[in-house]
Amino acid sequence: MAGTAVRGRLIWQTATVSSVVDETATVRTLSLDVPDWPGHRAGQHLDIRLTAEDGYRAERSYSIATAPGERVAITVERLDDGEVSPYLTEELRPGDQIEIRGPIGGYFVWDPVDGGPLLLLAGGSGIVPLRAILRHRAREESPVPVRLLYSSRSWADVIYRTELEHHAEGVAVIETLTRQQPAGWTGYARRVDQQMLTEVAWPATQAPLAYACGPTSFVESVAAGLVTLGYPPGRVKTERFGATGS
Amino acid sequence: MEPLEDRVLDGNAIGGLLIEVFGTEMTAATGRCGRCGTAAQVAELAVYRPGLGTVARCRHCDNVLMVFVQVRGVTCVDMRGLVSLA
Repeated sequence: MAGTAVRGRLIWQTATVSSVVDETATVRTLSLDVPDWPGHRAGQHLDIRLTAEDGYRAERSYSIATAPGERVAITVERLDDGEVSPYLTEELRPGDQIEIRGPIGGYFVWDPVDGGPLLLLAGGSGIVPLRAILRHRAREESPVPVRLLYSSRSWADVIYRTELEHHAEGVAVIETLTRQQPAGWTGYARRVDQQMLTEVAWPATQAPLAYACGPTSFVESVAAGLVTLGYPPGRVKTERFGATGS
Repeated sequence: MEPLEDRVLDGNAIGGLLIEVFGTEMTAATGRCGRCGTAAQVAELAVYRPGLGTVARCRHCDNVLMVFVQVRGVTCVDMRGLVSLA
């Protein structure tokens, strides 16, 4: 039976891969055609379910990389020891189908009405839901000012690099490259620490709203650092990805 | 091999499972730990091994708040660790 979506119910649907884009050597964006997609909010994710011939099932969650109103897409990082990511990043072709359910999430979401100023903190592939937030902000022409602090291993590992270089007005992108920097690099060259947060984060007195996403250790470290700077814990939203390639 | 702590997720990872069980989005709901009284949004709980057999713990005292197990295709949830969830 085809997925008949009843509002409010979450069901597994069959999505068709419409196109793929390689963001880096290990990261790929998959655009999906999902019949009866109800729309989504910036920051939400979807679940994917793969079933092997022997019936073995694996489920994973991936953040939606696109803004409300755009075609649903996910950006997946291939993990060397991954069970699912190698298939999604290397095997799936346009026209192939996968089972998904979504959109999911009511906590790690942002709409212009939530205001700001916004502090977005990304560790590696944690940039994915934050890119959806940035695109949503731009599409809605929201005047909320944004600072994005994005930690990557190297220049080659920066996801959405070109798009971030041509970001909308009112957005400041601060990158830190933790393992390798290109010649002439004058930006940060270390993991995010308290000193860096002090220099980059909006002052707590401006009542900023923070979203931190990436490996668990990254998220825990920056969230604690922001609370130390005076951010109320309720104004620091977190999404832990577990282990990533970074 | 990633640091041990990187294998722990948060309540965002079980968003789909929660909708299955409760019929509605629950990651923004607030749960109060029955042992230490800490109130936290479900999205912020420490979650271990999403899938068959998932455990959500209080970040403050490590008390088990929710356990999800699949038995013959039915998802069973034990929430005795919570004193409230709203």
